[in-house]
Amino acid sequence: MSKIVESVLSNYPNASRDSLIPILQDVQELDGFLSKDSVEAIGKYLRLPTSKIYGVATFYNQFRFSPVGQYHIEICRGTACHVKGSLPVLEEFQRQLNINPGETSKDGIFSLEVVACIGACGLAPAITINGEVYANVDIDDIKKIVKSYRRKVSENA
Amino acid sequence: MYTIEVNNRHIQTKDGETILNACNRAGIKVPTLCHIEGLFPTGACRMCVVEVEGMDGLVPSCAWPVKEGMKVNTFSPKALKARKTIIELLLADHPDDCLYCVRNGDCELQGLAEELGVRQRRYSGKKSQYDIDSSSSAIFRDPAKCILCGKCVRVCEEIQGVSSIDFIERGCKTEIGTAFREGLNVSSCVNCGQCVIVCPTGALREKSNLKVVIDAINDPEKIVIAQHAPSISVTLGEEFGIKPGRDVVGIMTSALRKLGFDRVFDTSFSADLTILEEGSELVHRIKNGGVLPMMTSCSPGWIKFVEEFYPEYIPNLSSCKSPQNMLGAVIKSYYAEKENLDKKKIFNVGIMPCSAKKFEAERPEMNVDGLRDIDAVLTTRELARLIKMYGMSLHDMEPEIADNPFAERSSAGKLFGATGGVMEAAVRTAYYLLTGKELEGPKIKDLRGLDGLKVVYLQIGDLKIGVAAASGLGNAKKLLKEIKNGRNDIHFIEVMTCPGGCINGGGQPQAVNIDDVKARMKALYTIDRDAEIRTSHGNKYIQKLYKDYLGEPLSEKSHKILHTHYKKRDVLL
Repeated sequence: MSKIVESVLSNYPNASRDSLIPILQDVQELDGFLSKDSVEAIGKYLRLPTSKIYGVATFYNQFRFSPVGQYHIEICRGTACHVKGSLPVLEEFQRQLNINPGETSKDGIFSLEVVACIGACGLAPAITINGEVYANVDIDDIKKIVKSYRRKVSENA
Repeated sequence: MYTIEVNNRHIQTKDGETILNACNRAGIKVPTLCHIEGLFPTGACRMCVVEVEGMDGLVPSCAWPVKEGMKVNTFSPKALKARKTIIELLLADHPDDCLYCVRNGDCELQGLAEELGVRQRRYSGKKSQYDIDSSSSAIFRDPAKCILCGKCVRVCEEIQGVSSIDFIERGCKTEIGTAFREGLNVSSCVNCGQCVIVCPTGALREKSNLKVVIDAINDPEKIVIAQHAPSISVTLGEEFGIKPGRDVVGIMTSALRKLGFDRVFDTSFSADLTILEEGSELVHRIKNGGVLPMMTSCSPGWIKFVEEFYPEYIPNLSSCKSPQNMLGAVIKSYYAEKENLDKKKIFNVGIMPCSAKKFEAERPEMNVDGLRDIDAVLTTRELARLIKMYGMSLHDMEPEIADNPFAERSSAGKLFGATGGVMEAAVRTAYYLLTGKELEGPKIKDLRGLDGLKVVYLQIGDLKIGVAAASGLGNAKKLLKEIKNGRNDIHFIEVMTCPGGCINGGGQPQAVNIDDVKARMKALYTIDRDAEIRTSHGNKYIQKLYKDYLGEPLSEKSHKILHTHYKKRDVLL
């Protein structure tokens, strides 16, 4: 069992299945994602089959099963952003990065996530990359944005 | 006791019963796609909605308790319209490829569409795309055909205690899958096929071996040998409209020959052989302080279950191969040598009530000198398909008997098809081995019937032994827990993966109810009642096999071809 899971579980003595979601949240908070090993260890602790835990975790958007990339892109799909065209923005990112929301690119550079309103409705459609907000995102900008981060990576390498 | 009125008819109901149950008992059919008798209702499919006087909406009869004086209409225009709409909506996200589907003709979704008169596609839209999972050697999963009734998830969890699948994702993306969407082959799935039995559509089916078998039959070089498991002869008939429980062994043998199998043997023969080996192993363990309780090893789902969930009990498993693999191994050794056949040209086909047998046949340890014991496995359903494909029917055939030297079986071997049967057969022979006398009766009533867990204490000579028979892995799990907690009055445990045993196996005809299973069971008991030879050790051909080839039970030769061993399996549990 990883140290992270162990330390999380130690906060839940005599836990039963109703503690599953808080435990998953804590592990993801510390580990960044839910690994097979974590899920198995949690399952053993709560006496729940891994299939059940995976079922619960996939039910909610907040859980991911691969570590986030070097640059974590969050696409706002709140109402205002939706009206201002966040769906084409999301689709363009999916096309450019060849990943779906919740996934990480094979090179580990980008990960994509869909989030509900981030409170930047005046800037819709808005996205954040590692917390930095990009306002009024235009589909034609996306290629440039992705490229700029790729360049950063290669410059640092 | 309540009296309720259903469709203007008064019916008596039990306290706390659901409307659906009451209707079923009264012979009033209410359709359902998600209900499993004996399990808690989920109300998932809403097909069983009925109109109850005084209530605003329709109520799901599977989850609604009866009340005194309740007035129910099962086919009011409102109820029928709701059902029809549900089917239309389900079909809107269904591949619509009935003509190409293995369940064409016995699909519950198709059946209801027909009954409710669905004649046009009222709803259309983009259909969901899913990956097929063909990774398992036993079970084939096509989520596109799934209607999310949840029955597979529930038998896997509640009956079998395995839980290898569950609902994943949410809303319109919901599908059934394993943890982390791994293939069934690397999941905790034990291949029992109970999910296939309850699946209303073609979303779950067995991995078909028909093509390899047909190719082998058509290959003039190959000597294709069929062996049929004890329970096949009392279930195959159902696929041809014969009522459950009729023994069709003679015409089945005849059909197998007509299909082109070069030899037809009865696995009940090697069930007798299993009893000799397993019975001797038990006596050896008891006399020499070996690991007890000993547990049977004929049900391959159970073996994988122990390897995954209870590896600490692997030493308790009998080292005997299953009857299927024992006969396969004997055919490719003793029989081939005796008949002067080229072992490499022999193609062994097991006709089994079981999907897990397909997995068992592929296990690397199941071989003799590098030759696989069994080359292909067909389920009862697949055999029926093959017979129909060749334009035959069971109705116009003359019964024939199986080939020698494995044609003769004791009825003890035949009992393997029902839960408790292996134990009954084993006790008959263990009694003889320990006392030199035959068990009187020799029926052991307390080991019979469909109970999931049966425990019997027996006095054999000066030895008092406890034996147990569990069927359905959930029941086996309960027993193992007791043993873990110190229960030590049981020496020998028979476990059948499927509830009721092989007669209700994952490869048997679908859409059965409990009465069908009872009829199959009764048929096996009748065969035993009327048989001349009722003990495995009384089988003359078994005696001859030992005299000519094996020597004695547990001999070096026996160990080489009839025994094996298992090891811990690492999967996500």
